[in-house]
Amino acid sequence: MGVGKLLMDPLLIDLRGDRGRQRRETLVRRTFLAAAVFSVAISVAIVVSLFGEAGAFLNKIDVSQFIANGWFPRRGRFQVMALVAHSAIITGVAISVAVPLGIGSAIYLSEYARSGTRRLLKPTLEILAGVPSVVLGVFALNFITPQLVKRLFSTAETSNLLAAGLGVGILIVPLVASISEDAMRAVPDSLRQAAYGLGAKPWHVSLRVVVPAALSGIVAAIILAISRAIGETMVVALAAGNAGILSVNPLEGGITLTGAIAALAIGSDQVAGDNAAFQSLFFVGLLLFVMTFGLNIVSERFVRRYRQRY
Amino acid sequence: MISRMPAQQLSVPVEGQVGTAPNEDEGILVARDLTVHYGSFPAIKDVSMAVQPNQITALIGPSGCGKSTMLRCFNRMNDLIDSAKVTGGLTYHGVDLYGPGVDPVQVRRHIGMVFQKPNPFPKSIYANIAFGAKIAGIRSGLDELVEESLTKAALWDEVKDKLHESANALSGGQQQRLCIARAIATSPDVVLMDEPASALDPIATLRIEELMTELKQEYTIIVVTHNMQQAARVSDRTAFFNVSISEDGHRTGRLVEFDDTTTIFTNPREKSTEDYITGRFG
Amino acid sequence: MISRTAPTPDLVQAALAGRRFRLVDSLLAGGLLLSLFSSLLVLITLLADTLRTAAPVFADRGLVFVTAPLSADPAKAGVLQGIQGSLALTLFVMLIGFPLGVSAAIYLEEYATDGGFTRFITANVRNLAGVPSVVYGILGLALFVNLAGGLTNGRTIVSGGLTLTVLVLPIMIITTSEALRSVPATVREASYGVGATKWETIRHHVLPIALPTILTGTVLTVARAFGESAPLLLAGALVTNFFQPSADASVVQLITDERYTALPLVVFNWARQPQEEFVQLTAAAVVVLLVLLVSVNATTILLRDRFEMKSLR
Repeated sequence: MGVGKLLMDPLLIDLRGDRGRQRRETLVRRTFLAAAVFSVAISVAIVVSLFGEAGAFLNKIDVSQFIANGWFPRRGRFQVMALVAHSAIITGVAISVAVPLGIGSAIYLSEYARSGTRRLLKPTLEILAGVPSVVLGVFALNFITPQLVKRLFSTAETSNLLAAGLGVGILIVPLVASISEDAMRAVPDSLRQAAYGLGAKPWHVSLRVVVPAALSGIVAAIILAISRAIGETMVVALAAGNAGILSVNPLEGGITLTGAIAALAIGSDQVAGDNAAFQSLFFVGLLLFVMTFGLNIVSERFVRRYRQRY
Repeated sequence: MISRMPAQQLSVPVEGQVGTAPNEDEGILVARDLTVHYGSFPAIKDVSMAVQPNQITALIGPSGCGKSTMLRCFNRMNDLIDSAKVTGGLTYHGVDLYGPGVDPVQVRRHIGMVFQKPNPFPKSIYANIAFGAKIAGIRSGLDELVEESLTKAALWDEVKDKLHESANALSGGQQQRLCIARAIATSPDVVLMDEPASALDPIATLRIEELMTELKQEYTIIVVTHNMQQAARVSDRTAFFNVSISEDGHRTGRLVEFDDTTTIFTNPREKSTEDYITGRFG
Repeated sequence: MISRTAPTPDLVQAALAGRRFRLVDSLLAGGLLLSLFSSLLVLITLLADTLRTAAPVFADRGLVFVTAPLSADPAKAGVLQGIQGSLALTLFVMLIGFPLGVSAAIYLEEYATDGGFTRFITANVRNLAGVPSVVYGILGLALFVNLAGGLTNGRTIVSGGLTLTVLVLPIMIITTSEALRSVPATVREASYGVGATKWETIRHHVLPIALPTILTGTVLTVARAFGESAPLLLAGALVTNFFQPSADASVVQLITDERYTALPLVVFNWARQPQEEFVQLTAAAVVVLLVLLVSVNATTILLRDRFEMKSLR
């Protein structure tokens, strides 16, 4: 559809377009679609791979085992409850460290810090977020346990849930801080002005206006942190030990959901095949997947709530 | 006492107005050579004016003339901006508002503020009104306070059945009246209003204006407005600010003329006031 | 409230006076700052303790530690295979994960209509980003090591690389989507207005504007893959003190045929050794891991800046 043609016969303006160009557009579009569909395929693959073997595992063993006799998969004892309890204790410790520190940092960064302080302190959290979890695992094992836990509690074991929980807590502080800070910064300045205009002091404004207004975002941060703590593997595998006997004492060691997967994986050369120990790995994985997936969906709800409001 | 600024003494009292011919040195709020800098540039310079009790004082002028900056001096909201620096004198009942020992938090409890866009807290209507009292440590009589404040703000009848519903569900006009109710619930002496009706439709605007006229029986009101008709309708006295732009593009506002509203709108002393009033610029 | 009849300046002054020192405000601000400082304190302690513990290793053996292979003898052990494995895995993620993630994001942001299917994929991607990495390891074990073992040769870098790619894909899609969304609609309209097709608009206008942000996200993602270890445990990486790839293996064979490990797993393995010497070795391996992590970040940032310069031209 050159200019010449237009000049020659204005009635024959070609609006059909270039066939080659159209074909290229379709090709490009389909390539991108394939990439997007691939991402869905992954989640299908995860679910299928987990459900298949987990089902086989459930068929093979007696479910009453789940509540007693410890977690010793190679000996055919599968007390899932011990794993869940240990995971819960570690998560509890981690959350009670990360929530106050993370939310405190977030309030400071969003409400108090001037730009200079912010530029100085924000990268600290970003660097901490980038530290590989195995490094924090080593730190929990070789520093937190001997220098902190054992000094405070002489009865603590070398592998203990407390140190692992503290390590996981450090790991998720940046997560809590960054999501909470986003939520607080999304609170419009007009609300702060309104409160100051009524004679509010700075702490009234941050704790009674900004935090309540950002509450759904903060809740989302906490839920996501719980999900991350449950799924954290390396810190737990290094610092909490492999004890399969149910213990609710944080000073003792205990194997968690993720720790069990790691332990089975390290020995997976030996336990491969269709025996129950190998298949229990998939069952525990499924449990983990369902728990974290559920928590993520709930957290997503809360995030959407504060996004809608402002 | 003889004013330092004889030129501004020329204002002629208008018939029927009570307590006019105010001395520029007397009033509930008196500014003397007030200058506000943002960084190193003055946003308003050398403003002197006296606000009389139980009157509505309107601040008008083109955009960027510093009328909002002036308004925010009265309750030290400018303190919240790190780079803002206030010099000159500003007294409240004779007490220097920027003097030592004066707490901006206390100032704001006596001199309340209503903002341009309605900004209710994302809480219930009740919690919005009770907020000021709660942070002041008052725990009893909140129900009465909420009813009284909402009644004064002419909102009670519309919301009395849904006090515990979210304030965000109200219409824009209702939200702004809620914000006025919230401001008067702390029993202030003065209420500052920063273009309180600019985000509202004409009918809601009219209601706010009626409300202001009622409220001046009890409170002193200072209102910034873009709308000259509004200033003419509601205010007793009007201050006209104008802006000058320096060579490097910085805008500085100055008070050009401050007089009874009738005088400003019928017989302004300054040419620029007349030009602005008659719509020749701005 | 101040009485309206002739308040004396004394009364007003008293009414306006606040406590000069506000206890609650000071306590709160101090407490909040303290919580922020505690992160800094942890970070400094971690680095100082690691460096202090690792110092003897570098003092005695210098960089030989980096170039020596794994060994059960603490005096000889090095991290060579770990570094090789980690770099190969990272390359895998960049070469496969990056184009795949960007493509999927382009589809979701630029092509897909806002229907149920799109929303399903988007929600799905967001949830995948929150699945624990160890679960991706199980997927890698089931899919790449076992099911597709014929193609990947089982426990090889191919399996590990694919597992990590799948792990970072959702994060890659999310960051790219956000970058694309921040490109103003007026840019697209202007391009369509002069008769460009969708792909021409994306390639010449949308992508160049979004690229710096996309690449910043990629840096973080690649760095995350580099430090990741849990999924590799399942995807066949070795946790051992010695393994020797056959001496005559080519680079391709090293990737497709031989067993592998990664630096984070070397750290993990040494941390579990009972001998005292391995505590120092572990710290030394952590130092190498962190130094490489910083280099991976720096390299990708340099690449990004190079791209940025180009797109400006």
